[in-house]
Amino acid sequence: MSLLQIAWRNFCHRSLSSALTTFSLALGVALVVLVLSIFGIISEAFSSNAQVGYNLVVGPKGSALQLTLNSVYYLSQPIENLPYTEYMEFFDAEQRAEMVARYGGDPALGKEDGKYAAFVTGGYAIPLALGDYFGEFRVVGTTPDFFEKLRHGPDLDRPFDFEDGRAFHEYSDENQFFEAVLGSRVAKHNQLSVGDEFFPTHGDPEGKGHGQGFRVVGIMEPTGTPNDRAAFVNLEGFYLLENHAKPLVGDEVIQPPTESVSGDSGIQPLSIPQREVTSILVRNGSPFMAIPMENMVNESLRAQAAAPVGEISRLMDAIVGPLMQALLIITLITCVVAAVGILVAIYNSMNDRRRDIAVMRALGARRETVTMVILGESLLIAIIGGLLGWFLAHAAIWAYSGRIEDQTGVQVGILTTSAYEIYILPLVLSLALLAGFLPAASAYRTDVGSNLAA
Amino acid sequence: MTLVIQDLVKSFDQPGGGKLTVLDIPRFEIGESEQVALIGQSGGGKTTLLHLIAGLLTPDSGSIRVAGTELTRLSEQGRDRFRASAVGYVFQTFNLLPAFTALENVRLGMTFGHGRHDPVRAKELLGRVGLADRANYRPAQLSVGQQQRVAIARALAGKPKLLLADEPTANVDPVSAESVLDLILDSCRDEGIALLMVTHSMEIADKFARVDRLDEINRAFSGTAASS
Repeated sequence: MSLLQIAWRNFCHRSLSSALTTFSLALGVALVVLVLSIFGIISEAFSSNAQVGYNLVVGPKGSALQLTLNSVYYLSQPIENLPYTEYMEFFDAEQRAEMVARYGGDPALGKEDGKYAAFVTGGYAIPLALGDYFGEFRVVGTTPDFFEKLRHGPDLDRPFDFEDGRAFHEYSDENQFFEAVLGSRVAKHNQLSVGDEFFPTHGDPEGKGHGQGFRVVGIMEPTGTPNDRAAFVNLEGFYLLENHAKPLVGDEVIQPPTESVSGDSGIQPLSIPQREVTSILVRNGSPFMAIPMENMVNESLRAQAAAPVGEISRLMDAIVGPLMQALLIITLITCVVAAVGILVAIYNSMNDRRRDIAVMRALGARRETVTMVILGESLLIAIIGGLLGWFLAHAAIWAYSGRIEDQTGVQVGILTTSAYEIYILPLVLSLALLAGFLPAASAYRTDVGSNLAA
Repeated sequence: MTLVIQDLVKSFDQPGGGKLTVLDIPRFEIGESEQVALIGQSGGGKTTLLHLIAGLLTPDSGSIRVAGTELTRLSEQGRDRFRASAVGYVFQTFNLLPAFTALENVRLGMTFGHGRHDPVRAKELLGRVGLADRANYRPAQLSVGQQQRVAIARALAGKPKLLLADEPTANVDPVSAESVLDLILDSCRDEGIALLMVTHSMEIADKFARVDRLDEINRAFSGTAASS
């Protein structure tokens, strides 16, 4: 018989004690694996969501993290708004002149390029207007560019697909400026489909409802990004909602629009001085343009530019990382406690086993052999407990994978592992060896003569 | 000679200080395949003598030679190897390991020797002691007589040169005792194994051609060796 077989027999002989000890270790390992997996899911969720094609978010001066959270993740409250002219700084003179012609405003705006225009040549700048809600979900006012130019997925090559319908138009004869596209979770949660209408509320989920509704023209496929949790409305329609127009002070130069963007409806979009944006999603034409533009924006009086990936990395380092580290330490302590359980269980059994050990010695087993048998038992508990714990944790994650994907967009399978999990089994085995050392030493020292009944 | 003991002295520390000499044997021999009953009273040093011959204890002085191996010159590991390969031991209380089946207990008897794992022999031995149909029973599922039979099979498993039996019938009923004794005697005879059985029973001793009295060979018991 091999030593492992002997150890296994001893393990089975004390089945209740062995099972309880193994289970307590399995729970400890499961906790560690769960914490590691949750950390992995959170990290992946934040980092993948921070990459939707744009590299900078521009918004009012204030917290860069808050700007990232509200513009990328649709969390937290918007800081303030920027004048629409700040958004126009990302366009050349011709495009700016066209904006003046379409919406009305100071003709001088169209005479020269925006100060950031050169940085986004070949890229894009997409405005966001936040502040309204549809139930618990954020309403995001934006332009059709959002759906045409942004990409998602690991390689940032996947366009936003539609489960049903299409992206909204800036203007359509049937819905005028009031078309909307719903993220997959918003549509599912509210059981809305293309053709339905919803009414945003102002300021917070319980806020006053706007009298104007938006017609759903598209339902997005799940993207695994925060966009699944947003209701997108046409920016022009958003501007036209009650209390969304910036009050005029009277000294603004406003040339009436020379181009009609509203067909025969007679609905006039807001003029440029009445418009504001909460933030601007920017993709520079070249990666080398990002830092100079970021510096230039940050040196301006009104705006700031934040790199979402950097902000989220800092958030992870500053808050989430330490929190997860604390959790990890607690769960590792759980493992140590479980290992002490192994020690106690085996050590307590030593009194009953001294005669068995003495008999094995009398049969010719060396001191080292009986020591290895005890350590083998400890290792068996560690291996079984470790594997059971790992499986329990992954089964739990797998059981909740649908919910996790709904909430975070991260897809997890039963075999999805974090990089650190590879260290768990060696760690548990080491702990078990340490735990088995004391009873093994006791076995080593067992006196044969006095423990062999005559 | 299978066993030659020369000028063997063994003493133990006393709780209050000093030493108590329990064995002082000038000479004791057992020939090849010889079967010897050693009679002695309880506390007379019988078990200590068996432990010394098995290499479980070391003497204060003297020589113990088993099958040509001088035990007193061996390290502890050497004595372990020697015990696994040259000595079989049958205990009064059987000492079967409760976690193992009857067959596994017998196999344990050959586990710690070198390269002598022989599952066929283990089964044959169980058959010889009449327990072929109890191979997968645990000790707790066997009668005391059956347990002692398994212990005998285990002691023979390693093909020892010398079988040491420490009052092997003391804990079994009279009917079983006789069959256990016959089994030991017959098995040793069949396999050419020398046998040293310690007992306090004259009935048992009567089965042996040679019967020695420990108090006659042990000067410590007869008072000729000084306790210090």
